[in-house]
Amino acid sequence: MDDIQKRLIAEVADLHTVPDGAYTLRANGQSVDMRSSANIIIEKKTDKPGIDIYIKDGTKHESMHMPVIISETGLTEVVYNDFHIGKDCDVTIIAGCGIHNCGDQLSQHDGVHTFDVGERSKVRYVEKHYGEGDGNGERVLNPTTIIHLKKDSLLDMDSVQIKGVDSTLRKSIATIEDGATLVIKEKIMTHGRQHAETDFTVDLNGEGSSSRLISRSVARDKSTQLFRSNINGNNRCHGHSECDGIIMDEGQVGAIPEINANHVDATLIHEAAIGKIAGEQLTKLMSLGLTENEAENMIINGFLK
Amino acid sequence: MLELKNISYSVNDDDGSKEILKNISLELSDDKFYVVTGPNGGGKSTLAKIIAGIVSPTEGKIIFDGKDITDMNVTDRAKAGISFAFQQPVRFKGITVRDLISLAAGSDVTFDKACDYLARVGLCARDYIDREVNASLSGGELKRIEIAMTLARKTKITLFDEPEAGIDLWSFSNLIKEFEKLHTDLHGMILIISHQERIINIADELILIADGELKGKGSREEILPEYEGLTMGCRITASAQ
Repeated sequence: MDDIQKRLIAEVADLHTVPDGAYTLRANGQSVDMRSSANIIIEKKTDKPGIDIYIKDGTKHESMHMPVIISETGLTEVVYNDFHIGKDCDVTIIAGCGIHNCGDQLSQHDGVHTFDVGERSKVRYVEKHYGEGDGNGERVLNPTTIIHLKKDSLLDMDSVQIKGVDSTLRKSIATIEDGATLVIKEKIMTHGRQHAETDFTVDLNGEGSSSRLISRSVARDKSTQLFRSNINGNNRCHGHSECDGIIMDEGQVGAIPEINANHVDATLIHEAAIGKIAGEQLTKLMSLGLTENEAENMIINGFLK
Repeated sequence: MLELKNISYSVNDDDGSKEILKNISLELSDDKFYVVTGPNGGGKSTLAKIIAGIVSPTEGKIIFDGKDITDMNVTDRAKAGISFAFQQPVRFKGITVRDLISLAAGSDVTFDKACDYLARVGLCARDYIDREVNASLSGGELKRIEIAMTLARKTKITLFDEPEAGIDLWSFSNLIKEFEKLHTDLHGMILIISHQERIINIADELILIADGELKGKGSREEILPEYEGLTMGCRITASAQ
């Protein structure tokens, strides 16, 4: 592995050495490394690119790392990763994709992840996207996450894209059964002429099901972002979505929330607040000795923390 | 020594130009405890903001330790030794109490040190230090954190704009002791905008501002009758109508 690839892995998965436990590494369209653990079994798909991950019932306090890196220009791929998570598990999955594009051609990774989470299982899923390289070729990442939460399960997903991705469409589609909870927190910062779109669709089908979608985004320069969410409350349930956006320079952020209460005991809330950094926030931090620029950075870093 | 020389401030609105402050001149000593009082809307907060550099005067000069700071921005005034506790503290998503207190103290504060500052304003550090300074905090909690930041800054001049607002009376007695302690410890100037009798009682001098004008500066005995005269005039006018 060369230095660029090592740096990409460190960026997207905080990995500097091969971790303990289940692990996969995909680089430039090829599976480079794959290791199962006693409870997390990884199998390569035979009909299309990607893997199946089987997590045994009762697997607790285990984690899996699965970074994807692309350092060749002109490489585009669609990869399917399916997680089959048993009952009563408590696991952490750390995924991420880094692209280094020094050339003039498009580099694109479209990851389609499906999560089938068993009864009473808790899953923490961390996904980080990162791009770099000074070529003119575009760096594109389009992750799709399809989630099915069985009774009393929980999926807590953190999705971060702070730097270097030219275009992204992030789609999450979830169906949630009785007593299950979905939490998605996404943080996005776009620069230059980048474009980012988020599209959440959540069906709260089960009694006592709930979802919380929290999006915090910063659009700088001439970048654009669009946040779309569609929450359907089909039972006694609680759904909440929150979109907070900071616009700077000539950045643009749009929010299109849709909430549909299809049951009399469905409680659905959407909050959206988009605007530039409040002048009084800058003034307060400057009155503590920061310059305007330092104050702006502190506000953005806190907002995306 | 802080000198305000012929400070005026006016704004333009639909009805034309409006004078908020009119030709105010004051000499404020380094080690005194001042309370600025007067009717609402009289220009007190604007005066504090002009000292802190948040508002620029339309006319006049501000001299701090012999140096003209009229054109100095908020950051440089903060670095020069001016602290300002806002009347309405600002909320930040993602920034914690620890972040703000560290920034105020000038370096990362230890838990014990933060505990000291927060305890002095009646907050338990364990419950607050890692909390975000966002809408989950009440107005009173934010106000205390705002005051804790000025305690951590330890500057030559500390300005408080109506620190009593939103704080219950029992806690307020303790806060008054903290203002006195701050004054004793720092040997610096404290300037508090307030209507609170208990704060007025601990002041070395009162400054009375009404209708954008300096109506008086001196001891309680000199200034309070003037203030009462101002409000009495209002009552007489009201009863005559």
